[in-house]
Amino acid sequence: MSTRVVITGAGAVTPLGVGATTLLERWAGGECGIEDGEGRCSDFEPADVLSKKELRRTDRFVQFAIAACAEAFEQAGWSDEVPVEPDRVGCIVGTGIGGLSSLEDQHDVLRERGAEKLSPLAVPLMMANAGSAGLAMRHGLGGPAFSTVSACAAGADAIGTASRLIRTGDADAMVAGGAEAAITPLATTAFAAMGATSETGISRPFDRRRDGFVMGEGAGVLVLESEHSASARGAEPIGEVLGYGASSDAHHLTAPDPSGSGAARAVGRALDDAGIGPDDVDYVNAHGTSTPLNDRSETDALKLALGDERAHQVPVSSTKSAIGHLLGAAGAVEAIATVLALRGRVIPPTLGWEERDEGLDLDYVPRESRELELNGSDRAVAISEAFGFGGHNAVLVLAA
Amino acid sequence: MPATATPDQIEQTIMDQIAKLGPDRDEIKRDSTFESLEIDSLDLVEVAQVVEDEYGVQIKGEEAEKLNTVGDAVDLVVQRAS
Repeated sequence: MSTRVVITGAGAVTPLGVGATTLLERWAGGECGIEDGEGRCSDFEPADVLSKKELRRTDRFVQFAIAACAEAFEQAGWSDEVPVEPDRVGCIVGTGIGGLSSLEDQHDVLRERGAEKLSPLAVPLMMANAGSAGLAMRHGLGGPAFSTVSACAAGADAIGTASRLIRTGDADAMVAGGAEAAITPLATTAFAAMGATSETGISRPFDRRRDGFVMGEGAGVLVLESEHSASARGAEPIGEVLGYGASSDAHHLTAPDPSGSGAARAVGRALDDAGIGPDDVDYVNAHGTSTPLNDRSETDALKLALGDERAHQVPVSSTKSAIGHLLGAAGAVEAIATVLALRGRVIPPTLGWEERDEGLDLDYVPRESRELELNGSDRAVAISEAFGFGGHNAVLVLAA
Repeated sequence: MPATATPDQIEQTIMDQIAKLGPDRDEIKRDSTFESLEIDSLDLVEVAQVVEDEYGVQIKGEEAEKLNTVGDAVDLVVQRAS
């Protein structure tokens, strides 16, 4: 029998505040963390968690990851000491871009003050693997550590890959998630130049008036353990990673395959991996970016993957309606919101949804939360979807 | 190089800069080792950049690696700046 992967801790820093529970409670309560067209983590004070030395040696995206990890460790009972053999604990923190603000700052130094003034910390600040390296060093984790870089699917790929490492026996526990801090002049302008971001500054996934995504920032980190590891130390899991599926559209640099077949393939693989079928899915936490293309192809992908009838029955909502698009952190933060929603037996809404678009005819849970109804089972099951530029599709099956 | 730079000023500059990198200012003494202050080679490059800005003294990477204590660094800069 294959090893089960349970979740024993979760932490998040998002535009709705610091804390995973804060994220779910505020989102489910109908609050939106987007202000002036951006989802910034305004409540986050890095010095609350990081030492003076750590502050200087980390980019903002790593600071988010460290804070989210501290919360996850607290919940898992790992704060004082990692209770699993540390060399059997690995770390995967995905990101879309990495230390972009550090890169921009140092490029300014190079142009304005010359090569000899560049910081010796420039490379370790900007490298995309800094999140995984930082958490592994901070907590002495000696297992496999690397970062997934699959644009906006990176956080979900990190959790999926980490769960696989536990199942294959490469690790007994993994610290996994995603982090992003790319609300910088270069990234915001570049995303606008390609027409990806919303001109109105409103995130309203699946609504007829949607006009692009809203940039967000933050991190989400989970503590994953083999069921044996968790039960051996008497830990109470908050949820379970049942399955993971990934695929590539192999279609276009930025546009999703309009048929949705690539994303549907990832959903199908994730359900197969979990050993369940469409009827077992109680909730879909959509990628739902609020871009015209994604929300249409994702809707079609769900119809392909779940079957037309089941796709119309399952509630589908988007966390991005409340916090914007956290890019490489999105898949992780949304997986955390999903697990906590399942645990609380609540289906959080797609905020801002008012007008139906032709062909976008699923149950998008507009405006208000509802109670999650179980399908004759004692556990709630959801799929959480994350898709990235380049055609990367990553889907997690989660339960609580 | 400012003609008024005294050994005391150089020591102050170096200690103030080290304090920005992590350790508390009052734990930085002349005989503190960089190891005890958890100041590594990357930190020393930053100290060297400040010293060059302030006093026009260059400290190369291989020279910095041989410095064990704060006093070693101060003495080297004082010698070069005089």
